[in-house]
Amino acid sequence: MLANIAIVLFDGFAFGMLLFVLSVGLSVTLGLMNFINLAHGAFGMLGGYVTVLTMRQLGFPFLLALPAAFLGAALMSIALERTLFRRLYRAGELNQVLFTIGVVFVATAAATWFFGTVQQVIIVPTWLRGSVDVLGLPLTAYRIFLIVVALIITALLVFGIERTRLGAQIRAAVDNQRVAQGLGLDVERVFGVTFALGSGLAGLGGGLAIEIVGLDPSFGFHYLVYVLIVVSVGGLGSISGSFFGAALIGIVDVAGKYFVPEIGSFLIYLLLVAILFVRPLGLFGKR
Amino acid sequence: MVDTTLARHHPDGAHTWLKRQSRWSVFEIAFWLATLLPFFLFPTYLTLASQIAIAALFAISVDLILGYAGIVTLGHAMFFGLGAYSAGLISVHGWGEPLTGLAFAAAFAGLVGFIVSFLIVRVQHLALIMITLGLGLLTYELANALTWLTGGTDGLRGIRTWPIFNQFRFDLWGYTAYSYALAVLFLGFLASRRIVNSSFGLALRGIRENVRRMPAIGSDHRRHLQTIYTISAAIAGIAGALLAQTTNVVALDALSFNRSADVVVMLILGGTGRLYGAILGSIIFLVARDQLAGVNPQYWYFWIGLLLMFVVLFMPKGILGGLARLVVRREP
Amino acid sequence: MFARFAALVTLGFGLAWSAQAGAQDTVKIGVILPYSGPFADAANQLQAGIDLYMAKHGDTVAGKKIEIIRKDTGGPAPDVAQRLAQELVVRDGVDILAGFALTPEALGAAPVSAEAKKLMVVMNAATSIVTEQSPYIVRTSVTIPQVNTAFGQWAYEVAGVRQAYTLVADYGPGHDAEKSFSKGFTDAGGTILGSDRTPVANPDFSAFVQRVKDASPEAVYIFVPGGAQPAAIGKALVDRGLAPPATKIFAQGELTHPEALESMGATAKGIITTFHYTLERDDPLNNEYVEAYRAANNGRSPDLFSIGGYDGMHLIYEVLKKTDGSTDGDALVEAAKGMAWQSPRGPMSIDPETRDVVQTVYIREVQEVDGKLQNVIIHSIPEVKDPLHGQPK
Repeated sequence: MLANIAIVLFDGFAFGMLLFVLSVGLSVTLGLMNFINLAHGAFGMLGGYVTVLTMRQLGFPFLLALPAAFLGAALMSIALERTLFRRLYRAGELNQVLFTIGVVFVATAAATWFFGTVQQVIIVPTWLRGSVDVLGLPLTAYRIFLIVVALIITALLVFGIERTRLGAQIRAAVDNQRVAQGLGLDVERVFGVTFALGSGLAGLGGGLAIEIVGLDPSFGFHYLVYVLIVVSVGGLGSISGSFFGAALIGIVDVAGKYFVPEIGSFLIYLLLVAILFVRPLGLFGKR
Repeated sequence: MVDTTLARHHPDGAHTWLKRQSRWSVFEIAFWLATLLPFFLFPTYLTLASQIAIAALFAISVDLILGYAGIVTLGHAMFFGLGAYSAGLISVHGWGEPLTGLAFAAAFAGLVGFIVSFLIVRVQHLALIMITLGLGLLTYELANALTWLTGGTDGLRGIRTWPIFNQFRFDLWGYTAYSYALAVLFLGFLASRRIVNSSFGLALRGIRENVRRMPAIGSDHRRHLQTIYTISAAIAGIAGALLAQTTNVVALDALSFNRSADVVVMLILGGTGRLYGAILGSIIFLVARDQLAGVNPQYWYFWIGLLLMFVVLFMPKGILGGLARLVVRREP
Repeated sequence: MFARFAALVTLGFGLAWSAQAGAQDTVKIGVILPYSGPFADAANQLQAGIDLYMAKHGDTVAGKKIEIIRKDTGGPAPDVAQRLAQELVVRDGVDILAGFALTPEALGAAPVSAEAKKLMVVMNAATSIVTEQSPYIVRTSVTIPQVNTAFGQWAYEVAGVRQAYTLVADYGPGHDAEKSFSKGFTDAGGTILGSDRTPVANPDFSAFVQRVKDASPEAVYIFVPGGAQPAAIGKALVDRGLAPPATKIFAQGELTHPEALESMGATAKGIITTFHYTLERDDPLNNEYVEAYRAANNGRSPDLFSIGGYDGMHLIYEVLKKTDGSTDGDALVEAAKGMAWQSPRGPMSIDPETRDVVQTVYIREVQEVDGKLQNVIIHSIPEVKDPLHGQPK
């Protein structure tokens, strides 16, 4: 029984890590610029399709296709940020919602046009299939991989935020935008870079997600709800918040379905409402 | 916004301003007369017209809380669906009289709205949006789980709506459906118009503009918000009941996140805080959707997406806001 | 804006009117499907089946030109489906309603077909009750009890399984599948160890698979909707070592469609599914169909939706021939009753009493043939009817 609980916790944690990679970018950009980007999931979808394309058409190995997914989504986001999104920073939140929903519509239609409605398939390398014995527990290899990737990303992000110049600028801009701007910080440029990084991570998440949840043109809408839940539960602008928020959501979702399958589908929403009622800023939100 | 600044600068004070606001303009009368045109000009589009009227009523209910009280919601389909299911359920259990069905749906959705409002008034911003979304999804899952009651994904079967006043049965062309939906929309609009042009409506706008200042001038903002939220829920319930009665079907999509998102899109598209924006947004969104989907059933949403982006870039106050600006510019 | 709206609408009105002028020598078929939204893939595959049939047999039947009008519902949306059906009848003047990938949408449109007395060909929606909603409905796809009740019985009697666990998607078709498999299985003498239902929008199956594993049944029966889930649940099962031969996996055919097989890889070997259409069934008619379908669709293989659309069109063409082009609803539905033909799926017919499809149910096992994973038919049960029709509810 104890072994089962360990396995369930592990599975849930791994699923949470997938959500973390998909959503951390949105959390930071929302916290930084108050820019409500509902098209965040569409960048995840783009990354997924880049993964599929590079693997199938160009014969990339999986481990090379993932950075390509990151790059593809990041480049697209830079292009969109330069041309369209930056006009909206000062627009009201409702207009941001409307505009980015428009972007999702267009992205969904474009994906249907280029790739059809079919489920995309990728073949992951054999060492990521099946399960591995860890301390006597049979853990699935792909989920171990997911956790490792997410931990590396977290380490890089935390290091980047704490130790680099850009990180210092981001922290300053999140803490107090006006003062940062007054001190000569180019907040819009900082935001542009953060936005590209965040979208790139969403793209990477999209690539990682195919093996667990599949990929089709409705991906952008479908995972929007999960991404929003993680962001709001974790708290805006906080990497650790997104990390723990995602882990919590993943574990509760999987454990809930395991122990009380009758209400398994409710649990995540109940948790969402309860947490936000008690802590409207999320678990780690600062403002 | 524009309206409140007007009030501030008006020499005769708020009451005269309110009175002026509640006077009917030529545009309004012309607009409501125009809603009768489909009967004569497009008799084959009456079913679509009736579903647009229902969507418009739903959008008005969201405008009351979003446009006037600043409560952004992504879960209002919850009340639409509750209304639809309650109207459907009493019909399945032998009482298909439509008007009492509407009343029952309004009462039930309003009751749930009142209970939920205690939660809603305590949170703001992202937490508020996410709590409405969470509650909406919870209701959806609940309806799916209660298959014995709701019919689950297959939908509620066996709804028989009786003829209105025992006279007008719902016909294939949609004459009755549109007349009925339009009449209810008009009444719902009248009620909403009265509410927003009352001192209560003014207090709501004050809350929207600055929550902290309202208690200072002696306004109990939480109670105000609860009241308008309950009213909004009831109206959304009526809209849902209308859909159930004019189509005799209710399924889970009545409660879905898509419906919640669509109504907000229609409202912002038309313009918030104007009531007419809700109606216009519904007309434009659904007509555009119908026409585009008719031409290209697979890719129509590409064009809808472009339309939304276009409106945000060039008409930031919604289509009605954009039109209003044009009119104001012409009349100095 | 209103003027533009009026212009648009007038335009549409004018078009409809001019189309009606030529109505004498055309037969209009209104196809209602979720072309956009989460079920877009089903709609596309079904439409491809329709297109293939028309490409092969021409667009003229009994001296009349067939005209297809496609309408999008955008999701499971019964109210929209009903409105579209109404509009197709009153505005476009269609003679036949067709399509209907999803049960709620078929239920929404059924009253329109009854009131307008129009033949309604259900090309997919698989809940038993659909055909009972209007006397003008004919179904050319499959019903879930049809393929699963016999399967449950087979699992006990032929496969020799004594106890099983069921895991189905938590919605109408899933409940039906759970009920019918369990009924067939327990009536034969088997025991159901436990049954779980997974949320329809389920991103992660690990918890449910772990529950099945804890119960360590001889076999697990699975029903999930097509799309992303077959591959996802398949992988979750085999990753946790729940795989044949240690644990038998039974499922309805969606689980092992080509894309899912490809992503599951060799671990899928031994999965046993029940279905009415088998892509790999070696039969001249089927081979020709599959080849033509792949040629027309970028190499994509046909699936259950495609065959439903293809046979649905066949039914429409044949009944029109029988009525000599008359589109009277009563005449058409009379002509459809008892119709029997050879389809790429095998022999099939329309039950004259229930207007529902009668066909062979194939039980298939995933095996490696020439280095490729395939569903190989290991047993076929001919002329299976839906077991629920006519039963007291």
